[in-house]
This record gives sequence, structure tokens and C-alpha cells, in this order.
Amino acid sequence: MSIAAHLPALQVVLPLISAPLAVLLRRRDLAFWMVTAAAWAAFATAIQLWLQVAAGGTISYHIGSWPPPWGIEYRIDRLTSFVLLLVSGMAAVMLPYARSSIEREIPQESHYLFYAMFGLCLAGLLGITITGDAFNIFVFLEISSLATYVLIALGRDRRALTAAYQYLIMGSIGATFIVIGIGFLYLTTGTLNLADMASRLRGVESSRPVLAALAFLTVGISLKLALFPLHQWLPNAYTYAPSPVTAFLAATATKVSVYVLIRFYFSVFGESLVYERLPLPQIMLGLSLLAMFGASFIAIFQNNLKRLFAYSSVGQIGYITLGLSFDSVNGLTASIVHLFNHGIAKGAIFLLIGGIAVGIATPGAVSPAPTSPKGAGRREAAVPSNAREAATPHTFDRLAGLAQRMPLTCFGIVLGGLSLIGVPGTAGFISKWYLILAALEQGQFWLVGAILLSSLLAVAYVWHFIEVAYFRAPPVGQVARKEAPLAMLIPAWLLIAATIWFGLDTSVTVGTALDAARQLMDKAQ
Amino acid sequence: MLDHFGYVVTVFLMVAGLFIVIARGNLIKKLIGLSIFQTSVYLLYIVPGKLIGGTAPIISPQFSVYSNPLPHVLILTAIVVGVATLALGLALAVRIREAYDSIEEDEILMRDQTADASEGVNT
Amino acid sequence: MKHDLVLRVIGKLLIPYILLFALYVQFHGDFGPGGGFQAGVIFAAGIVFYALIFGLENARQVLPDWLVETMLSSGVLIYAGVGLAGLFLGGNYLDYFVLDPNPVHGQHRGIFWVEAGVAITVCGVMLKIFYMFASRGRSE
Repeated sequence: MSIAAHLPALQVVLPLISAPLAVLLRRRDLAFWMVTAAAWAAFATAIQLWLQVAAGGTISYHIGSWPPPWGIEYRIDRLTSFVLLLVSGMAAVMLPYARSSIEREIPQESHYLFYAMFGLCLAGLLGITITGDAFNIFVFLEISSLATYVLIALGRDRRALTAAYQYLIMGSIGATFIVIGIGFLYLTTGTLNLADMASRLRGVESSRPVLAALAFLTVGISLKLALFPLHQWLPNAYTYAPSPVTAFLAATATKVSVYVLIRFYFSVFGESLVYERLPLPQIMLGLSLLAMFGASFIAIFQNNLKRLFAYSSVGQIGYITLGLSFDSVNGLTASIVHLFNHGIAKGAIFLLIGGIAVGIATPGAVSPAPTSPKGAGRREAAVPSNAREAATPHTFDRLAGLAQRMPLTCFGIVLGGLSLIGVPGTAGFISKWYLILAALEQGQFWLVGAILLSSLLAVAYVWHFIEVAYFRAPPVGQVARKEAPLAMLIPAWLLIAATIWFGLDTSVTVGTALDAARQLMDKAQ
Repeated sequence: MLDHFGYVVTVFLMVAGLFIVIARGNLIKKLIGLSIFQTSVYLLYIVPGKLIGGTAPIISPQFSVYSNPLPHVLILTAIVVGVATLALGLALAVRIREAYDSIEEDEILMRDQTADASEGVNT
Repeated sequence: MKHDLVLRVIGKLLIPYILLFALYVQFHGDFGPGGGFQAGVIFAAGIVFYALIFGLENARQVLPDWLVETMLSSGVLIYAGVGLAGLFLGGNYLDYFVLDPNPVHGQHRGIFWVEAGVAITVCGVMLKIFYMFASRGRSE
């Protein structure tokens, strides 16, 4: 056996196996190393796959050696390899961070479960990306979603529970819509393989079941990716989840949903159906603009740092879907690049925000929440003052003058914020550049203005943080300088460095995204 | 109408389930609605997969008409997913009941708002 | 319900057959309707039945928590292990054909172990869910 030929399977299987092993081992150190090793291996695999695809073209792997239309196929093209790189890279960076972060956020006896869930979530996200089978997408989607609900519910505030419940309801509705859509496609074509489906759909695209499938899939996936009016689950989920979970979700989960949308639009339905015969691009354009302006506007008035950046995520997703609405190589490139760039920047910001909770925590709040002797669960109601204190360290009145105490953290957040705004020299600039190119290409000059104007809103909400952290006087008696531990700072700053790096050297991001966009558009025609 | 009996039932369950999820404020009832909604999908897949007079797809000289096994396998997976979702949802409902002393959505919202107001959090 | 004589007697009579039926469903899955998922649920239902009549504590002595947790993770590992065995024997992931020199036997062997893994995991998960919900708010 040569490992190189089986990398597509190992990409998913290694994180998947690490989860039950973490449960079996039970010791939190062993569980941590198990899942982290799997995530690093997955990252190495993703890099190797990315190189292979760049050199040798699309890879097709047949699970169980059953040939494609019958068996499950793992299919890796340029876009797949790029998203795999993002997801596994984020997991590889964030797990070491999570180790020191959850010390303070999650009771120790459930640490091994946290790692198991993290492994499952990672495996699910990688699975969604890599598989070429429609029903498989649903199964992996549910694996990652269920793990996500658990991870969010692990947050210390009791509102994490309601946030997880809300996400569970909306996420399940979204997933069920997706299965209904896949069901219609299966009933029409008799196949579940995406490539096979696409070829059998030629000629019957306008039939009613196919249109119904497109509608169900669009709504279902939009729920999952938090397109503007369907985003209600996102702010609460991001605000109350443990910080490594927020960072990982913000960096990967919605991005993988965008990937699924691109996959269905371009590789299954084909752009002629999606863009020419239906008013979908116009709808998507409208919703994207609503997200860019509405969500960013709401973000300005938030009083909680995590919630501010959660709304900013909804706004940034608007840029990604805006790129999709153009139906051009440049627009698609902008979407794909922004998916990557925003993932890194937002991941870094949420990691740093998690560090703030540690830096300004009062001694009483650092102690783990009281637990029942059997570890069956925590009683939030029983620990009123301390837990609530610790759960809301991100309100702005507690962040006043933070820059004096945590200069590195604050500077990092500012750099990440610059990338969200799209300042030249950061990764965010590159994606906006391609968005504007795509808008100019279609002669929609007013859109250029809209993109710039919405960036101003981003300036406003980032400024809100800067104003509080740098220009307000710190509360009396709290001037001791105290950064977050290095284990948390280093991963966050790695990602910040990456946003700068990808803002200066675009050969990896734009190169891959352009190739991927061309590949998708070719196939779609 | 009778020809499409299976589809009529499917659509009815789908809409009824979704309606319950949206219209009910009780967390448990919402989960029941979600389950009904998911059940409609099981029917959506299985109804077209069944051939009248067809038997289980195990090849045997006595039979020549077989039902399509694939929808059943897919739906077995979907059922497992549904069970997992329901179990997790109920577990969350139990935890919410312990933390808030209520499983009514509006009461929970009210308690959060009073808590937010005391902290000065904008929602 | 511990002191209800009828339930106790009927339970004692039925539970072995429920467990036996689970094994039948498991091993007959190759030739008729059945398989690991159903078998796991039936087996777990037998234990749940026992717990309902003789009390949760007794059931937890028969199948303690650590065993249930081990079951639910080891089943997945058996499944994944079959897949990796396919890799090591020169096929693709989850390739059953290479598990035996005779490909048909290989398929039999592969599905046997996969179904075993499924049954163990499903049984473990069902019991875990039952234990968690049943013990909630009781011991605390």
C-alpha cells in the first residue's frame, strides 16, 4: 500500500478515528494529543493533496473500490483542495490554543469530550468538502452540525444553551431542506454522484422537480451559511460559545457551507440554469447588499465585542455571496479568496478575543465552574455571580483602556480589523479588489460605491473597539500588564501574520482561486 | 389525488411539522415538530422507491420484481441522524430547564432580557 | 416497579429472548431484513426493559457506564478498522474485496465486522442516552 494514493480517504478518516479514540483514552492530555495529531496529519494531508491537484489535476478516489456512479466517490479539484487547506489548517492552529483556553471555560472532566467533538466537527467539515456524493454531503453536514451544537452548549453562560438550541432547530431545518433538495434531484436523475447528476440533468434543467430542488437547496444552504435574513442563529451562537469554538466556527463552518452552495450551483445545476433562467443573481445581489449594510450597521451598535464581530461575520458573508451573484470568473475568484481570507482574519480575531477573557478575568472567575460529583452537568442557575461575570468579559465597559494592559492582543485585533475593512496590505484588500474588478467588468459602477461605502461601516465598528481599548481611561486599580498566555497568543498571531502575508503575496490564494473559478466556470458551461 | 396519496401525506407532514416548529413556543413541542418535519423526508424518499408487488432486493429465482433498496439505506441513515438530533435537542431542553426553570421560549427570552438589562448588553 | 411480581417474572422470562432475538437480527442480516442498527437497538431495548423493572442501579451493574462509553467508541473504531484493513491489504478504504482471497467471502467478512461495529455503537449510544436521561435529577 502506498499512502499517497489513499490520502483522500485518510483526510477524513484520521480526524474521524481520533474522536472515538479520545473518548476511549479519557485522559484529557492523551485526548488532546490524539485529536491534535489527527488535525496536524489532516493539515499535512491537505497540503499534499493541494500540491497533487495543482500538479496533476482532479483526483477521484473510490471508497470501497466501487466505481463512481454506484459507489461513493471522493473528488478533489482545485476548489476542494483549497477549502480543505483552510479547514484543516484552522483546526491545526486552533487546537493548541483550545488546550489552554478551555482550562478556564470548560470543567476538566469533560475536556476529553470537547476534543472528541472537535475531532468529529473537523471530520464532518472535511467530509462535506471532499465528498462527491450528494447524500454523503448531508451525512457529513449533520456530523459536523451535531458536534457544533454540543460545542456551543459547552459555553459557560446559560445563554449558550439557548443559543445551541436555537442553532439546532434552525440548522436541522436547513439540513432537512438540503435533504429534500437532494431527494428531488435523486428522484429526477436516479443518481447521487454529483458529476453523474450534472450530466443527467442536461436537458431537463427546467423541469419542476429540478427547480424545486434548486429552491430547497438554496434556502437550506443559505440557512447554514447565515445569509442575511437567515442569520438569526449566528450572533448568539458565536457570542456564547467557548472562544476556540467561536473562532473555529467563524473560520470554517459557514465557509464550508458557501463551498457547498458553489458546488451545487456550478457543478450540478450549471450556471445557465442558476444565472440565466432564474432571477437568482438579482435576489442574491439584493440579499448580499442587505447583509453588507444591515449586519455591519447592527455591528456598530453592539456593546459586546464578540457579538460585534459576529454581526461583522454576517456582513462579510455578504461579500462572499456578492461575488457569487456576478457569474464571472473574477466574481467567483473574489468569493473564493474572500472565503479564505475572511476565515483567517475572523479566526484570528476571535482567538484574540478569547485571550481577553483570560487577561481581564478576576481571580474568582478563573476557577472552573462548580460541578456535580458525577460530572453529569453543570448547574448554571446555582452559580450566579462568578459564572456570569466570567461569561461576559467582552462588554465594552470592561474593555476600557485595554490596550495598556494587553497591547499585543489589541494590536492583533486592530490588524485583523484592518483586514475586515480591506486596507491595502492585508488579505481583505485582495478579495475586495477582485470584487470591485468583477463589478467594473459588468459595468455596475454603483456597486463599487456600495462596496466602498460598506467598508466604511466596517471602519466604524472596528473604530468602536479602537476607541474603547486605546482612548478610554482604564478602570482604576487595574493597570497591571497581563497578556494572555503564550499558548494562546502564538496561534492567534500566526493567523494575523497569515492575513498580512496573504495580503502581500497572493500567489497561493488568488492563484488557486482563479484556477478553481476557471475550472468551475468551464464545467458549468 | 389517490395516485399521489404518498406525496399528499408527505407534503402534509412537511408543512405540519414546519408549522409546529415555527408556531409553538414550547421547546419540547418544537422538537416534536422538527421530528415530524424530518419524518416527511423519510416518506419522500421511500414512497417512490417501493414497487407495488416488489420484494426485498435479495436475488432469488422465485421473484423478478424488486424494490429499490437505496432509498431505504439512505433513510436508515437519515433516521439515525434524526434520532441523534432529537436526543441532543432533548438534552439541551433538559439543561435549559435546569438553568432557566422553564421550557417556554418567551419566558426564557424574558429572563435573558432582564439579565441583559442589568448588564447593559445591547441585543 | 421493582415489587410487581408479574412484571418481574415476565421480564425475567422475556429478556433473554429479547437479547437472543437481537443476535438473530444481527447475524441474519446477511440473508434477510436486519443488521447492526436494528440489532443494537433491540439489544439496548432489552437492557432498558431490565432497568425499568429492576431499577437503574441494577442495570448499571450489568452494563456499567465505562463499558457503555467504551462500546460506543469502540464500535466506530471497528468500523473504521475494517476500512483501514482494506487499505493495508492493498485495496481502497472500506474495500471488502481484498479482505479474503475470494472476493465474495471478502464482502461477507467485511460486512460482518462492519455490522458488528454498528451494533456495538448503536447499543452503546442508546444505553448512554437512556442512562443520561434516566439518572438526570435523581442522584443530584
